[in-house]
Order: sequence, then structure tokens, then C-alpha cells
Amino acid sequence: MKVELVNLTKRWGNVVGADHITLEIEHGEFVAFLGPSGCGKTTTLLMIAGIYKPTEGLIKFDGKVVNHLAPKDRNIGMVFQSYALYPHMNVLQNIGYPLKLKGVPKQEIRKRVQQVANMMGIGHLLDRKPAQLSGGQQQRVALGRALVKQPDLLLFDEPLSNLDARLRLSMRSEIKRLQLELGITSIYVTHDQVEAMTMADRIAVMKDGKLQAYCPPDELYDRPRTLFIAGFVGNPPMNFINVEVVQEDGEYHARAEGFDLVVPSERGEKAAGRGRVIMGVRPEDVCLADDGIPGEIYVVEPLGRDDLLNVRIGEASIHVLADPTLNLRIGDTVRLRFNTHKVQFFDPQTENSLLWTD
Amino acid sequence: METTTIETGRLYGLKRILGSATAYFLLILSILPILVGYAWLLIATFSYRTEGLFPIDAQGNIGGWTLRNWSFLTDPQIWRVTLNSLGIALGMVVGVGFVSSLAGYGLSRMNFPGRKAFLSLTLLLHAFPSVTLLIAIFFVLKFISKIPGLGPLFGYNTLGGVALVMVSLELPLGVWLMKGFFDNISWDVERAALIDGASRFRVWWEIILPQIKPGLAALAIFNFLSGWSAFLIPFTFTVGSKVANLPVYLRQLMSETAPTNWNQIAAVGLFQLIPVLIFFLFTQELLLNIYTGGAKGGV
Repeated sequence: MKVELVNLTKRWGNVVGADHITLEIEHGEFVAFLGPSGCGKTTTLLMIAGIYKPTEGLIKFDGKVVNHLAPKDRNIGMVFQSYALYPHMNVLQNIGYPLKLKGVPKQEIRKRVQQVANMMGIGHLLDRKPAQLSGGQQQRVALGRALVKQPDLLLFDEPLSNLDARLRLSMRSEIKRLQLELGITSIYVTHDQVEAMTMADRIAVMKDGKLQAYCPPDELYDRPRTLFIAGFVGNPPMNFINVEVVQEDGEYHARAEGFDLVVPSERGEKAAGRGRVIMGVRPEDVCLADDGIPGEIYVVEPLGRDDLLNVRIGEASIHVLADPTLNLRIGDTVRLRFNTHKVQFFDPQTENSLLWTD
Repeated sequence: METTTIETGRLYGLKRILGSATAYFLLILSILPILVGYAWLLIATFSYRTEGLFPIDAQGNIGGWTLRNWSFLTDPQIWRVTLNSLGIALGMVVGVGFVSSLAGYGLSRMNFPGRKAFLSLTLLLHAFPSVTLLIAIFFVLKFISKIPGLGPLFGYNTLGGVALVMVSLELPLGVWLMKGFFDNISWDVERAALIDGASRFRVWWEIILPQIKPGLAALAIFNFLSGWSAFLIPFTFTVGSKVANLPVYLRQLMSETAPTNWNQIAAVGLFQLIPVLIFFLFTQELLLNIYTGGAKGGV
């Protein structure tokens, strides 16, 4: 099912939950709503589900406005962070509840629940109560309940946040595989950028109720349109340095205290002559090299495969990944080389990208 | 080395037994007055007279057991009165339970103008002692008596009228109690049920109510007890013995002219106690059985 949101807005008095969200989700697409807590992603999801009534704007399913349709008439499946299982029903009754409400005969319910439960790997637990299940099993039951009625749209509200790290990884790939196999249009709300990047076809980044960007993961990563996106997506996060870009002898230099970097002209020319701008560079685009810019190590954080160094150059602090066998210590001087083809520039006032804003 | 461990082990065991013995002793001591009271009541119902805990016959000698005090059981009047008491108690259980669970749900889950004011007003209403309302209620019941159809059911000097007054006096507390229980049920569960295709009423009936069974049971027990032992309202708004309940019947046994047979009153009192014990046996499991799990975090 194709989903369209047009200027979707939710306000409670002066509090704005979602602010004029406009986006389109294609049939069978997996879209993630990404943003920090309180950014309006769950509010938007609940409006799509029909739990909240929009203050303004339209929600369209396959071109039809569904603003005033009750949740039960939207044929949606939803998975909650808290699982939201019915504690007084066993697994069979939990998964079968949507079918029971549709008036499906008992035999048929049992058959279809068994089928879905087998698919989720919980076929042997049908007569257990939710309290007798582990967190991962409870989440599978919740997923099964959302799938059993063969919905046109699947909604996920941070479904993996309450699981431990290992289980989260395996559930992540399982959900993605299921979604691909079944081809059900899905919206996945998360504050975890790794989840969004790995699972989604397109990511809608939200902040303070506003849609910041809506694009495929790689574009979000390589061409961040705002300072917020650049800082939010990617781990470890992007480094930001206040620089001034000037043109000298046909070359563009990004300059700060103790810092002079020649940047490619197609990027440099957009940032030149603007006074102070914010330069962004990802930790993986910085490496240690003998001919680099000197700086002093401020903090060393061992990550196992790499050491994450915090290096001070003048006023700027830059995160760099380094080989742990180098045995670098706090206070050592290192030289940094930047991959200048990947640097980003942002306007410090508007916080918009100087490279990708059209 | 080994012997010392055994010795300290023994010493520890002795200490533990002493410790729990002290606890039991204190507990028994504190409930002794109540136990003695019940024992006295039981003994009194089977004797002519009692002196302290000892049954005494007409000559003042110890002994004199009798079943005379229980002869009221053969009187058809007692059974009508018991039925009346049961009617009021069950009327309260059903009436207060039904209205409070619906009102509590609405107040907990829905937003409407005047919700806050309504909540504070209900609490204020509960603070009124019912004695202060007796005269006003009398006029209300008199008014209801004049309505055709409703009058014979809920008017003055009817069982329905008494139950109605009792229910309405109990409602403020019931609504508040139920609202509290509903507040504790996560929103996500309700949203999930709505999305699964349930109507609001079905969510209330199939999803939310089963989760607050302990609360409903508590409310039912309180209401049964207060309906069963109700005295002031039935005494004020009924005349004669047709609609009297057990406590009013007890009061009628205390004559102002003839000497009162206290041992018979004790027997009736004990008789009144029995259904309460049975009722408690059936509901205590519900009270103690509280569901957990199935929901984590969230709101």
C-alpha cells in the first residue's frame, strides 16, 4: 500500500508534536523515522495508525484520505516497544485476537496462528502466558500478532529497544528478511541510527517535529543536508571544526588556528568568502600520517578493533580511529591527514549544508 | 575446626527458633482480644447466660447449654430479612462495580471538558458523612415514589430505594478507586487492541477489565460488606419488617419495654457473619492474583 502524508501536523495547545510533515512511502517500501526522543516520530506513527487525530494535514492510503477512519478500519499491524501483549491471554489468544475480532472461525484462527507462530519460531509456546516468555519471545508474539491479519501496512515503534544487544542484532535482520519476503509496506520508528541505516530503504530524519531529510541511507551519510543530520548519523559521530575558507593561488584553503587544509575546489568554492563556516569530517576520513597536521592526543578510548583518539588541534577537537598496536598515550603528538574529498561545509547560522542545499 | 562449625550452626538454629518464637508470641498476643471476642460470641449463642467465657444455667452453675437462641431460624421472617440483606449487598456489588468501572475508564482514558472539576468534586462528595444527607435523601425518595413505574421499585420504603441510595453514596469512592486502577494499565496495550480491530467498548470489556480483576474484586468485597452490614440507610428509609435487613432486624430484637435476650442477639450476629466468611473465601484468590508481564517500559 502506498502511504502519503501531506502537511501532517499535531498540536496540543502550544506543544507541537509534528510540524507539517510531507512525505510519500511507496508500496512495499521500508521507511525508518529517525530522530532523538521527543522529535515527533512516534506522534506521526500514531497518527498514521489512527490513534491520534491530526490537527492539520492529510493521511492518504493508496490515494484515499483516511484521516477519519478508525484504527480498526485501516488494516494496520503495529509492534510496540513495550510489546503491549494482553497479559491475561496466552500466546494463541494474543496472536489470534485480531482474527477473533474479524469473526474468523475458531478452527481457522488456530490454523493461521500456528502458521505465523511457526514462522516466528514460537510455535511450541502457544499455551504460555506472556509473563512466562522471555523478552525476545514476547517481541516475536507481538510481531506475530501484527502479521497474522495480513495487514497492508506494518508500523514498528522502537520494537527492539527493550532487547539486549545480541538479540537486537538477530531480530533486526529477521524483521528485515520478513519484510522483504512479505513485501508489506513498513514504517519503522527508531532513535538508533544504526537500525535505521541497516534496515530502511529510505530514512526520514526528524527533529523538533520537523522533517529534516527524507532519502536513502547512503545519501543521508554522504550528503547530509543539515548539521543535525551530519552529527546524528554515523558512529563515531562526525567531527566539526570552525574554519574560514579562503581562495589563494587558485586553491581553496580551510583555515583555523594551527590548521590549514587544501580542499577540492568544487567543495571549497561553495564555502569560500562566507567568513566562519563549520567544516565536518568523519573520523574514518581522518588518518594518522607523517606529513599531516600536528595535534596533541587528549583522550584515548580503546574500542577493541580500533582506538578512538580525541586529538586537539588549536581549539578544535577531532576524533580519529587509530591502530591500537601503536600504543598511543595521552599527551603524545600525532599528525593527521584529512580525506578532503569527503569534507562537508555548513552555515553556522542556518545549520544547513553549503554543499547539498539547492 | 569442623566441631566449631557444627556448634555455631546449632547456636544459630537455636537463635532462629527463639527469634521466630518471639514473633509468634507477639502476634498471638495482639490478636488474642479478637479471638476471645469471637469465642465469647460463639459460646454465648449456645447458652442461657454467660459469665465471662463460661456458660451458666438459671441456678448460676457452670453448664446450661441450649439451642434456644437459634430458634429464630425457624421463623420465616429471618429468611426474608436475610434475603433483603443479600439483595442490598448484591445490588451494591453490581451497581457500584458497573458504574465505577465505566466511569473510572472514562475519567482515566478520555479527555473532555470538566474532567478535572468532576474529579475534585467527586472527592469532595465522598467527604460528606451520609448522616448529613438523610433528610434530603428522604425527600428525593418521596419524590421517586410518585413517579409511576419507578416508584414501587426505587421509592421510599422499598429495597430498590435503599440500594439506590447506598450505591450513590458509595460511587465517589468507587469511581476514584477504579480510575486509579485504569491509570496503571499501559496505553500501548489499549492502542494495540484498537489497531487489532476492537471497538472502544470491547477494549474495555475484553482487554482492560480482565487486567484490573483484583481491583474489581476489592471493590466488590468492600461493597458487599458495606451493603450486608448497612444499618443507617435501611433503618431510616424503611418502615415495618417487610423491607428490613439483618442489622435492622437485630435492632428490632432490642425491645424498649421487655428485657433484651442478648444471647439471641449474639446468635443472629453470628448468623450474619457466616455469608461474609463464605464470600471472602471465594474472592480472596482474585484479590491476591495480580497479573504481571507482557508489557515493558513505554507509557
